[in-house]
Amino acid sequence: MAEFNLPKNSRLTEGKTWPKPAGNNVREFKIYRWDPDGESNPRMDTYFVDLDDCGPMILDAILWIKNKVDPTLTFRRSCREGICGSCAMNIDGLNTLACTKGMDEISGTIKIYPLPHMPVVKDLVPDLTRFYAQHASIEPWLKTDTPAPEKEWRQSPQDRDLLDGLYECILCACCSTSCPSYWWNGDRYLGPAALLQAYRWLIDSRDEATGDRLDNLEDPFRLYRCHTIMNCSNACPKGLNPAKAIAEIKKMMVARQV
Amino acid sequence: MNNNSHSIRTPMSRVRGLGAARSGTDHFWKSRVTAVANVILTVPFVVIVMMLAKADYAGAMKIVGHPLAAILLMAFITSAAIHMRLGMQVIIEDYVHSEGTKIVLLMFNTFFAVAIALASAYAILRIGFAG
Repeated sequence: MAEFNLPKNSRLTEGKTWPKPAGNNVREFKIYRWDPDGESNPRMDTYFVDLDDCGPMILDAILWIKNKVDPTLTFRRSCREGICGSCAMNIDGLNTLACTKGMDEISGTIKIYPLPHMPVVKDLVPDLTRFYAQHASIEPWLKTDTPAPEKEWRQSPQDRDLLDGLYECILCACCSTSCPSYWWNGDRYLGPAALLQAYRWLIDSRDEATGDRLDNLEDPFRLYRCHTIMNCSNACPKGLNPAKAIAEIKKMMVARQV
Repeated sequence: MNNNSHSIRTPMSRVRGLGAARSGTDHFWKSRVTAVANVILTVPFVVIVMMLAKADYAGAMKIVGHPLAAILLMAFITSAAIHMRLGMQVIIEDYVHSEGTKIVLLMFNTFFAVAIALASAYAILRIGFAG
């Protein structure tokens, strides 16, 4: 059966409460901690952030904690402007990017977990190996049999417009890890991120492998595990719509049969 | 295929697995067709059931025995049973991950849908032809 409970050694416990800084403008954070080197279960540590000494975003706050309170707190981050996708995590119950989520968008204690239902490497760092392999499996590059032209492959402005809302994906994994179908069947279902990228190449007017790409997706699990739950579109921090892209792929599947 | 976490395989090998089944569109399309049919056929079904509620036994036999009512009822039952089987199949595939249990449940799902449809159709035909 699908696993609805975490295994015993993964269940959350109450963690440490770290010292509160002086000052009145303080925000409480509860953050998921797990150390692969120890034997203990994951825990929720409580931290307090001095907002007068810290930038406005969630990423600013967890960097403040790492720099000033607890240097062992582990998370990925890089560009701090929503283009690299590294700092994707579950913040206040929604998968999003810590760098583009403002603390003022959340009321009360700010709870942060790693992306759901992925193996945890440490603290807020999930193992995305399979996610990246799924992206690679849809062969996200231009495929042609016609010999390459001397200059570039040409594309009409109208055809180029079709790629808007698709090419902006930064592969942060917020969508795929918000999808219950991906939680239960992520080993066979490709997930919304990989399927959105698959659609990006399916509708590229320059690509000559559309039929092969559809063949590769036509599968009860790879594509059809999508049950239009729409968590993906709700979670996407870039405002993209993977659910629509998947629906378009399903339409293409029907279109080549009827 | 051994795809468990103890097997040493590359991530790509795991993702590709046994390859694409090259099917699923027929299942998707049939579930849409029967969904539309169900929406249309539910209207006469509800009307017939309301008429039956008001009728006595002889009257009820006469209503179900009417060719139009019998055909509409059998169409509804066929469409609903197919739709039920397709939907339940998806739920089983979603949540039951043990291969043996899954195969058994998928078989029983088909048996159940066929049994329900046949029993209902037999009852309607018997009323229609035997009165």
